[in-house]
Amino acid sequence: MIGPVLEIQGVTKAFGERMVLDGIDLSVNEHQAIALIGASGSGKSTLLRCVALLTEIDDGDILLDGGVITDPSVNPVDVRRRLGVVFQAYNLFPHMSVIDNVILGAVKAQKVDRREARERGRALLDRFGLGGREDDKPDQLSGGQQQRVALARAFATQPRLMLLDEVTSALDPELVGDVLEVVRDLKKEGMTMILATHEMSFAREVADRVAFLHEGRIVEIGPPEQVLVEPKRPETQRFLRRLLAAGRA
Amino acid sequence: MTRAAPGERRAAREKAKLARSRRGQAIAVISTIVVFGGAAAIVLNSSGWPVVQEQFFSPEAFKTSFPRILEGFWLDIKMFMVIEVAVLIIGLLIALLRTTGTAALFPMRMLAAVYCDVFRGTPVVILIYLFGFGLPALELSGVPKDPILLAGIALTMAYSAYVAEVFRAGITSIHQTQTDAALAVGLTRVQALRYVVLPQAIRRVRPPILNDFISLQKDVALVSILGILEAFKIAQIETNRDFNYTPLIAAALLYLVVTIPMARILDHITARGEINS
Repeated sequence: MIGPVLEIQGVTKAFGERMVLDGIDLSVNEHQAIALIGASGSGKSTLLRCVALLTEIDDGDILLDGGVITDPSVNPVDVRRRLGVVFQAYNLFPHMSVIDNVILGAVKAQKVDRREARERGRALLDRFGLGGREDDKPDQLSGGQQQRVALARAFATQPRLMLLDEVTSALDPELVGDVLEVVRDLKKEGMTMILATHEMSFAREVADRVAFLHEGRIVEIGPPEQVLVEPKRPETQRFLRRLLAAGRA
Repeated sequence: MTRAAPGERRAAREKAKLARSRRGQAIAVISTIVVFGGAAAIVLNSSGWPVVQEQFFSPEAFKTSFPRILEGFWLDIKMFMVIEVAVLIIGLLIALLRTTGTAALFPMRMLAAVYCDVFRGTPVVILIYLFGFGLPALELSGVPKDPILLAGIALTMAYSAYVAEVFRAGITSIHQTQTDAALAVGLTRVQALRYVVLPQAIRRVRPPILNDFISLQKDVALVSILGILEAFKIAQIETNRDFNYTPLIAAALLYLVVTIPMARILDHITARGEINS
């Protein structure tokens, strides 16, 4: 496929008086990973929710594989079936077993045969270090394990693009590594993704480009070694300095 | 001061714990005897007790009336079982209507809101009168005339309005992020409700719904005002015949036989829910 997988063109979104996204332009090519960095409230999560059509944009367009997905005539369900979303708080379905969490989308949305979906789901869980936990309920797992289930759930529908919203922010520090390992694995496989993250070293390692969001605008975008090491814009410099002071970079 | 060996300290602690629990048990036994014994003594020594005993607790009256009351009680059981199923279905449908945002359903939604307000706010006795005597009086063709059916409809209306509100509270208590996650894996809104929101909501509202059912299982006695021969009505007839109230006690025991197990099931589910969450 020639052309970007995702194109965001002049997207704005306001909650009441507050502009959360103020003219966002961004394109993501196939097999690329883009890291969104920026302070809390800079619009990272909102941008991902808008792409997933969980939040409606006010203006602009979002295109997936060249087709506008934010047009009111487009069925959002069809669009979401081509995306995989992972939330900060995992949002697993607490009443379902781990395997049922993973295969729900495949079985109910994509009408994959249940036995086949279970087989694929089990293989996926194995690969993500969760072999043998298929029949557990989410609350029997650690936070890191739950987030890996959520990654498996998003990946199980073979999405065109994955949206990862601060997938390690709710985790204890010692559990972050296993989750990042899974993301690394997905990237190696060539998954196209956008990840909002606070883990600068991880952004540097896995992202092809880093976009710095500030007050709803992409202030700076480029290869990680440039944006994270030699940022040009004063906002980016200030943000990274603050992170460094907090021991997070 | 010498340091005690760890084993000694532990033994001393366990001894103290045992003594404490023994003392607790002794106090519980004594206070039970005092409270219940005292209450019994007051009742049994009251000047009216011999009369009350004869009128309410007569073994002969119990023996002659009980089989007939029991026979009538089967009707109560059949009625509340059928009504409970109807209440669950109608209650859930109304709750779903009231929680969806579909514009086309606006008039239905308004109707559902009125239904809940009216049937929850009217005394059940009055509903039974209105349905039992009012509907047949219209003399419309197709309107049922069977008082059991009409009383059943009245009770179903009243309780489905209650249960609908319980279901609605359960549905709205499931966090929006669950719907987001369901939509994100590609489900439609209806599928998200069906597979993600409802199963969790229903699990959450089981205790309050069983509570309403306990209430319903006693309220079935109200259908007696239409002359339906169920346990309470038969007990009333027996009472009037011999001027002895013992049949009412017999009927009360039968209602307890079905409501107490329900209460225990409810306790069990509630306890399990607390462990899980």
